[in-house]
Amino acid sequence: MSVIISVEKLTKKFKNLIAVNQISFEVNEGEIFGFLGPNGAGKTTTINMICTLLSPTSGKAVLNGHDVTKERNQVRQCIGLVFQDPSLDVWLTAKENLEFHAMIYNIKSKTAKKRIDQILEIVELKDRKNDLVLSFSGGMKRRLEIARGLIHYPKVLFLDEPTLGLDPQTRNRVWEYIRNLQERENTTIFLTTHYMDEAENCDRISIIDMGKIIAIDTPENLKKKVMGDIITVETTNNKNLSKEIENKYGKSVFLYDNKIQFEVDDSERFIPQFIRESKEDILSISARKPTLDDVFLSLTGRKIRDESANSMGRMRTHIKMRRGHR
Amino acid sequence: MIRDLKGIYIIWLRDIKRFFRDKPRLISGIARPSLYLFILGSGLSSAFGMFGGREGDWYIDFIYPGILGMIVLFTSLFSSFSIVWDREFGFLKEILVAPISRTSIAVGKALSGSTLSLFQGIIMLFFAPLLRIQLNFFMIIKICLLILLTSFALTSLGILIASRMKSMQGFQMIMNFLVMPMFFLSGAMFPLKDLPKWLEYLVSINPLSYSIDAIRYVMLEDKTFLVNPLYMNILVISIFAVVMISAAILVFNLTD
Ligand SMILES: Nc1ncnc2c1ncn2[C@@H]1O[C@H](COP(=O)(O)OP(=O)(O)OP(=O)(O)O)[C@@H](O)[C@H]1O
Ligand SMILES: [Mg+2]
Repeated sequence: MSVIISVEKLTKKFKNLIAVNQISFEVNEGEIFGFLGPNGAGKTTTINMICTLLSPTSGKAVLNGHDVTKERNQVRQCIGLVFQDPSLDVWLTAKENLEFHAMIYNIKSKTAKKRIDQILEIVELKDRKNDLVLSFSGGMKRRLEIARGLIHYPKVLFLDEPTLGLDPQTRNRVWEYIRNLQERENTTIFLTTHYMDEAENCDRISIIDMGKIIAIDTPENLKKKVMGDIITVETTNNKNLSKEIENKYGKSVFLYDNKIQFEVDDSERFIPQFIRESKEDILSISARKPTLDDVFLSLTGRKIRDESANSMGRMRTHIKMRRGHR
Repeated sequence: MIRDLKGIYIIWLRDIKRFFRDKPRLISGIARPSLYLFILGSGLSSAFGMFGGREGDWYIDFIYPGILGMIVLFTSLFSSFSIVWDREFGFLKEILVAPISRTSIAVGKALSGSTLSLFQGIIMLFFAPLLRIQLNFFMIIKICLLILLTSFALTSLGILIASRMKSMQGFQMIMNFLVMPMFFLSGAMFPLKDLPKWLEYLVSINPLSYSIDAIRYVMLEDKTFLVNPLYMNILVISIFAVVMISAAILVFNLTD
């Protein structure tokens, strides 16, 4: 596998705030690489630097062999970008926005027409294509924005929180299309998200927090970092029970939502013994396999907000099924 | 090279499309020239008529090219507002990250601003017969070329400023600060004779004074008001245009 993006000690300072702090990583050609982190972690800032929209304070980034500060035009030839923030021209129609994009990316008009029709179908905007974007709802604008990023086939496609605010069906279709693109064109996908479940679609994930990368690995390996199962307990006196767990079992616990959470190796044997020996009244107890959220929690002691785990969960099964058919 | 020309065309086309789509802007674009002309022209000429005891007609002849210059000045400088607007609404990123050269973006913007100025200028020219100003075909062509040259230069200046501006308010403020002195010190409203030395200096560094001087001469075919020889006027505006578009291109290339 060849490396398509390599980043070395990349740093961005805004006045006295260090948004991105000496990060280094590599992305392989054809993989789906995810940037996972909470709000303000520095995901967008990193993308902007790699995409030549922001000059780094220090450090180096090379994309497809081109230095992003010295060969900006060559870098721009190789990339496509779906922005996190709105970036449509609302005084143009949906179709005109896409045509503008196709023209500016030098796609032959016949090919462009075909792709525009196809992508409008996928994001379900076909019957609105001749309306001014001004008249679109937020979700429709977002769909158009994604559609636009997908009509030229770049070597590297950057998706900054691509499916934010989309309904589950559209998410499925968009992901299906992205997967397809990746397989057919060997496109490298670089995406940022703070949805854990979306991150689990990635080949590799880099967890970023406060401008620093704290882990890079496959979702499976990351989850292995959390030792066994996750136990969540609720009692009338969480403080006392926390102390008890820490002293007796030597586990470090996290408290949130009025619940205690900690890791054990083997939950099936642990739970009965735990309930028997606990001095506090246990109101509820549950065990589950670790998710990336737990990885983040165990690495930083904090949780990433995860608003739509359910819809994303459905999406994942859908994609897994599709992959299984091949 | 072909790519650059295509890039220029894409940028240009979008701006033109947007202008004709934005109805209030289009209407005010048509209404403003007429309004200025009739309010300023008739009001001031009767005032001049009163004081000078002469017919006010010469003043119409004098001010008509001036108002044409004013329209060109306003339209050109403010057309670069689209850059600030695009930055505010995110579309600038879409353009900046695309594989077209920054040079073609700057030139495309300068050309779309010039086209819109020319459009407004032509609307103004329709009023000429009403004011008993005789224009023949060749005069119109010459005037249009002068308008294009001037507005290309002024739009480039606007782009230069806009590419450094982060907020809409900031842009408006700087522009108003720039437009008024440029207008009043251009010989648009009154003949530039017997001015104090410092004012004369300001007039001489104002590119618009050369344009209006040239347009007035071409339009009236009369040397009464002419300050500089025509070739010198054209030369000065051309130099200004080249300097401004080069600066705009440079700044655009350095923009993140
Ligand atoms: N132009 C800017 N000027 C000053 N500070 C900035 C600027 N852009 C970003 N920042 C700061 O840099 C930090 C990282 O921002 P960034 O947008 O990269 O976060 P993010 O990981 O994309 O977050 P989110 O999930 O909310 O999109 C934040 O603290 C932000 O306030
Ligand atoms: Mg972001």
